[in-house]
Amino acid sequence: MFKVIEKVAPSNKTKYLLRLYATAAPKTSSNPKREVKKPQENASFMANIFRGSLASTQVFPYPDVLTEEEKELTASLIDPFERFFREVNNAARNDENSQIDEETLNQLWELGAFSIQVPNDFGGLGLNNTQYGRLCQIVGANDLGLGITIGAHQSIGFKGILLYGTPEQKAKYLPQVSTEKVYAAFALTEPSAGSDAGSIKCRAVKSADGKHYILNGSKIWISNGGIADIMTVFAQTEMTDPNTGEKKDKVTAFIVERGFGGVTNGAPEKKMGIKASNTAEVYFEDVKIPIENVLGQEGEGFKVAMNILNNGRFGMGATLSGTMKHCIAKAVEHCNNRTQFGKKLKDYKGIQEKIAQMSLIQYATESMAFQISQNMDAGSQDYHLEAAISKIFASEAAWYVCDESIQILGGMGFMRETGLERVMRDLRIFRIFEGTNDILRLFVALTGIQYAGSHLKELQRAFKNPAANLGLIFKEASRRAASSVGIGGTDLSPFVAPQLTATAKDAAECIDMFGQTVESLLVKYGKNIINEQNVLNRLADAAIDIYSMVVTLSRSTRAVNEKLETAEHELELTKAWCYQANERCRTNLKHATSGGHVNFYKDLSKVAETVLENGGVKTTNIVG
Amino acid sequence: MSRILVGVKRVVDYAVKVRVNPEKTGVVTQGVKHSMNPFDEIAVEEAVKMKEKKLASEVIAVSIGPSQSQEVIRTALAMGADRGIHVEVSGKEYDLLQPIHVSKILAKLALEEKADLVILGKQAIDDDCNQTAQMTAAVLDWPQGTFCNKIEKTDAGLTITREIDGGLETIKTKVPAVLSADLRLNTPRYATLPNIMKAKKKPLKKVGASDLGVDTNPRIDIISVEDPPVRQAGAIVPDVDALVSKLKEGGHC
Ligand SMILES: Cc1cc2nc3c(=O)[nH]c(=O)nc-3n(C[C@H](O)[C@H](O)[C@H](O)COP(=O)(O)OP(=O)(O)OC[C@H]3O[C@@H](n4cnc5c(N)ncnc54)[C@H](O)[C@@H]3O)c2cc1C
Ligand SMILES: Cc1cc2nc3c(=O)[nH]c(=O)nc-3n(C[C@H](O)[C@H](O)[C@H](O)COP(=O)(O)OP(=O)(O)OC[C@H]3O[C@@H](n4cnc5c(N)ncnc54)[C@H](O)[C@@H]3O)c2cc1C
Repeated sequence: MFKVIEKVAPSNKTKYLLRLYATAAPKTSSNPKREVKKPQENASFMANIFRGSLASTQVFPYPDVLTEEEKELTASLIDPFERFFREVNNAARNDENSQIDEETLNQLWELGAFSIQVPNDFGGLGLNNTQYGRLCQIVGANDLGLGITIGAHQSIGFKGILLYGTPEQKAKYLPQVSTEKVYAAFALTEPSAGSDAGSIKCRAVKSADGKHYILNGSKIWISNGGIADIMTVFAQTEMTDPNTGEKKDKVTAFIVERGFGGVTNGAPEKKMGIKASNTAEVYFEDVKIPIENVLGQEGEGFKVAMNILNNGRFGMGATLSGTMKHCIAKAVEHCNNRTQFGKKLKDYKGIQEKIAQMSLIQYATESMAFQISQNMDAGSQDYHLEAAISKIFASEAAWYVCDESIQILGGMGFMRETGLERVMRDLRIFRIFEGTNDILRLFVALTGIQYAGSHLKELQRAFKNPAANLGLIFKEASRRAASSVGIGGTDLSPFVAPQLTATAKDAAECIDMFGQTVESLLVKYGKNIINEQNVLNRLADAAIDIYSMVVTLSRSTRAVNEKLETAEHELELTKAWCYQANERCRTNLKHATSGGHVNFYKDLSKVAETVLENGGVKTTNIVG
Repeated sequence: MSRILVGVKRVVDYAVKVRVNPEKTGVVTQGVKHSMNPFDEIAVEEAVKMKEKKLASEVIAVSIGPSQSQEVIRTALAMGADRGIHVEVSGKEYDLLQPIHVSKILAKLALEEKADLVILGKQAIDDDCNQTAQMTAAVLDWPQGTFCNKIEKTDAGLTITREIDGGLETIKTKVPAVLSADLRLNTPRYATLPNIMKAKKKPLKKVGASDLGVDTNPRIDIISVEDPPVRQAGAIVPDVDALVSKLKEGGHC
């Protein structure tokens, strides 16, 4: 059986494709030879379930990283933040005007909202990811367009300087973007390079004396592109391989000041939502960038870009969990008061189901966001799969919740003054930018498979030299034996509150089935799995459901252990959520492998090909 | 240049729907959002404004209550007060603390700190007493300016516009004095996050009421706290005539 695995070890071609798909950083080393020798150890719970193993440290127990003092401080920030939105900001007006007025922006700067995570020494608030996430919830509940203005600034705009900046770069730029009202932007996307960010065409050429780069090219749909004076810009640069002398284009990240000259922008784009946020094309014409403005290593720009995006993804989950809370509150207020057919809407089971479903998915979203942020704050480097999942999950959950709120409000929900139609428009972009959900699904599935593949490869090597690796072989053999007779396998019960034992058993079975499914897919498709997007999507959805089960199990167990007043309710939320996630997960795993579905995917491709070729729907009109 | 003492009370937030506790000794405060009494925010704002206009040299925020009262002192510091004094009174003693106790404490502190002005909120939104400023002035034997709508510095002292039933009244007073802030005196700023961070470093002194020589032993007992009576259900009348006759019956017209 291990012969098959030979095919699985990521070839260079596969790695290249993976990189293209990955609008998120591949965690594995870029040196395939080294990697085959020793698969990187990875503490990620999600990565490990791909190889059928349980790495529980990042999921159980639910992390609690803030000190008492940090909790108190966070609590003291909430009120002024909420007050800003209540008393100063007006989301409807920002949407109507397609911009935020000067006075509101000034107050937002004074509030400290543009530099929440910048260290105090540089003029920022110096908060960690979890505290940032808590404030994001408030933003999400109030104004997503404004949220993108401050998010594009700090979550991606200058995040690269925080993550990769030299001491000089930090000292020069962080005070400006924190207190001097200088906006930042993140400029990656180009007209011909969206999801495929590795294919950007912007080019920076080093001057003969090596002191400058000259940048040319253009970027599209850059948030804050029209107002930013400092941008993190990605461009191709020619690199020489020190070993072979071969010349190759590689992406390098730069800190570009508008003041360098040659930086211009287009008119603000007219958009469906997040209108308060400025989106514009940015053009670079012979922009002279001093060499000291290279961000990170030359040629490492793609990694810089992906890590910036990865690092900020949890923030979207936190933000949208706040948005959902707001939508739910609106729906609840309405159905508590509206009477139809002689009864309050709240008394109808159909309405109750909606309110419950909205609450379940909000709970799962929030649980993910704050598990990830806290793992990051605890120093984890292995959060990329989870962060990608939380971005996919949150953006789809929020869309669903807002849509259901509108439905519950009936005609009122459709009216502008209710404020939900704006939220609905604002929400649409979250499934598209910072990695489309489709690409992130592929990323989740393929990164996990690659990780599993490299481990299976190791196992195969162990068989070649059994004497040296008997321990590994026995461990694997007993794991397989245990799962094949249906005992042992994964056991989550030690991690959860006693009330959740049955629920945890369902989740554990899903994890076991998941590992087995991955293995059989690897056996069946080998490296060609990369082309099986229907399968990969089902696998990703199963992974998402598993993660959602585990985070809710973990959080509600915490609620029980800490005797929170809400513990009983959180148990109910968890059980009801997991009941559905469990069923969906099993169905998706079945659909990833069943023969029936393989044929179904072929049929779908055939239908699509016909329509694509025809330039649209190809049926005969019923009435000629 | 004068020193201003402002009182800041920690109260159940105005937006909270209060509930009587099961023991019927007060309202539920556990797990309920608290914040600075809104009239005290106005008092702090006025004091900070006076400091910004260089009419005052220092603003001291005082809160009397359990340890959580320090939260509102921090808020006052974040709004611009220079230092804080927390007079710790907790448990049953705090539950039964009356304006007479508070005013004695404030008077003592005003003298100790050599304050030239004491600015308080006109009332606290929890017990609605509207007594503390007046009593503090009495204990100190200082002039008082209550329900301030406008406070102006003059050579001789202060010119104060007061909100009274019939409209506005203007009075002149010398300092030292005790003032109480009314709703329209100003619009208080909210603490920005950077200022909240900075406030963490401002000095906050803790003292006990007994250190100040004030006896806070309760003089009253709470017998029972009750919810207001629930509104009676209405009745639907068939037409206007029926309505008018019903109203007449009830003596409403
Ligand atoms: C309002 C707004 C703000 C933005 N802000 C910024 C910003 O600040 N900085 C920045 O750099 N960019 C920004 N962007 C760009 C955004 O990140 C891109 O739009 C996004 O990455 C998608 O790229 P694209 O639009 O070119 O779509 P494409 O990449 O062309 O994708 C189109 C569709 O095809 C799918 N697809 C693509 N490749 C595959 C594949 N291999 N297999 C299956 N499906 C595939 C995608 O999922 C998508 O559904 C912004 C965009 C918008 C609209
Ligand atoms: C743009 C627009 C155009 C319109 N045009 C017209 C028009 O031309 N002529 C006209 O007469 N009307 C028109 N309407 C009104 C429209 O038909 C109503 O909005 C619609 O019938 C829903 O009624 P409602 O908004 O009062 O919602 P409600 O009836 O209050 O319903 C609110 C929510 O509760 C649910 N619900 C209600 N009762 C129950 C129950 N018993 N059990 C479970 N769930 C329940 C509903 O499905 C809905 O989700 C229009 C509305 C809009 C927004």
